[in-house]
Amino acid sequence: MMNLTLKIWRQASSNAQGKMVDYKVSDIDGDMSFLEMIDILNEQLIAKGEDPVTFDHDCREGICGACSMHINGEPHGPEGATTTCQLHMRKFKDGDTITIEPWRAKAFPVIKDLMVDRAAFDRIIQAGGYVSTNTSGNTLDANAIPVEKKNADMAFNAATCIGCGACVAACKNASAMLFVSAKVAQLSLLPQGQVEAKDRVRNMVNQMDLEGFGHCTNTGACSAECPKEISLDNIARMNREYLSASITAED
Amino acid sequence: MASSSGLFNSSIGRKVAMALSALFLLIFLVQHLTINFTSVFSEETFNALSHFMGTNPLVQFVLQPILMFGVAFHFIMGFILTAKNRAARPVKYAQFKGSANSSWMSRNMIWSGLFILFFLGFHFYDFWIPEMNYKYIEQNAPVDDRYYEEVVHMFKNPIRVIVYVLAFVFLALHLLHGFQSSFQSIGARHPKYTPFIEKFGKAYSILIPLGFIYIALHHYINQL
Ligand code: HEM
Ligand code: SF4
Ligand code: FES
Repeated sequence: MMNLTLKIWRQASSNAQGKMVDYKVSDIDGDMSFLEMIDILNEQLIAKGEDPVTFDHDCREGICGACSMHINGEPHGPEGATTTCQLHMRKFKDGDTITIEPWRAKAFPVIKDLMVDRAAFDRIIQAGGYVSTNTSGNTLDANAIPVEKKNADMAFNAATCIGCGACVAACKNASAMLFVSAKVAQLSLLPQGQVEAKDRVRNMVNQMDLEGFGHCTNTGACSAECPKEISLDNIARMNREYLSASITAED
Repeated sequence: MASSSGLFNSSIGRKVAMALSALFLLIFLVQHLTINFTSVFSEETFNALSHFMGTNPLVQFVLQPILMFGVAFHFIMGFILTAKNRAARPVKYAQFKGSANSSWMSRNMIWSGLFILFFLGFHFYDFWIPEMNYKYIEQNAPVDDRYYEEVVHMFKNPIRVIVYVLAFVFLALHLLHGFQSSFQSIGARHPKYTPFIEKFGKAYSILIPLGFIYIALHHYINQL
């Protein structure tokens, strides 16, 4: 059982002034997840009639990407390839002080406390992260179009991105290149995605820039902190794709 | 509805331009070191090469302006990108553990770059301004064996030697991240070639600055 001091960013609303507030939690079990530890804190706060800490969460099994928390200076805390919901309290020691902040990026404004607005990612997807297929009921067999095994694997790996935003949170430039490049690669590597590939990459990069994310300086922090270990290969591929699409574009 | 903001107004386009200017500077450094290094073993070769570089119209009026433009473009773009990247995170983290996921060099390109820029100012004041003055303002007749003496004399001063050595340490730090980064920026990444680019880049980033440091120390020690 652990006793911990938490330093948590509290901000009442998007326009309000926020600040770090200290809390104590006691009798924390090492088998609890980080979010369960926050649940305990919130129960204490509710019992005292105080406002509980707002945070994003949904699946609590590492697949939805909701649980954005910047813990002790790293997105999703100290463990590699994990989301906050999959981070266990046994990674901490009795008496530790844990700093918990929201993702910090111009493009991810704080809604309340630890919850940020990640709609910028949705708008990037809307700008081209899809294939325009006719869904008139003539469903085709998935194996009807041959796909090179290597490309299928790379597309699958890119498609494991859960849109959590840890890459943006970790990047010193708040760049969204890892996310966007994964969303471009998962389609452009496959025959169905190649039809719209040129417009897709230009539109998605354009939207990424409009949202106010930073440039990529190739520090690699994104991939190191990504819960799905999305590779920097995707960023290089997007650079190539964007360059050739822009040069050959007629508009 | 493809984007109309254009290649070089895009974040990727700006990084490509940055990388191309950097790759150009990487080539220039090899040429500069090769010529300077002759001063270590042959006064005649050094004088002959310097005289050629200093009087050849192609070098003086085509290559030199291109180099100036390349350097200026690189650091001005460096400032612009750094300013934009900081603006992308207006509220800073109370705690940010960059060391957990990235190298010090990669996070401090602007600081290593600024030190190099400071050095470049100093370097211009030392060599380029006197040279321009000598040739084009005072209009002295060309003397083809003055270069060696001038250069060696510069490295008598220990303060100058220290500034030079420090500048090249910062250049090494800049390039330890920058070399492979410029390939990534233009999309050149491949399972077969990237490991070689990374190894070659490490060797380049250490050996080239070490070469310049060696020259400064060599002339300093010889005059003690
Ligand atoms: C001979 C001198 C120099 C060489 C050979 C050099 C080389 C490089 C290289 C190879 C890169 C990586 C480019 C990329 O990631 O695409 C780079 C980036 C950078 N350089 Fe230099 N550089 C030099 C001087 C300077 C100076 C004087 C500054 C002034 C501030 C500077 C500032 C930067 C910055 C801020 C970056 C990072 C930009 C980014 O990644 O977005 N550099 N440099
Ligand atoms: S690339 Fe990784 S860190 Fe970025 S949004 Fe996708 S899963 Fe999250
Ligand atoms: S809550 Fe779904 S990934 Fe953490």
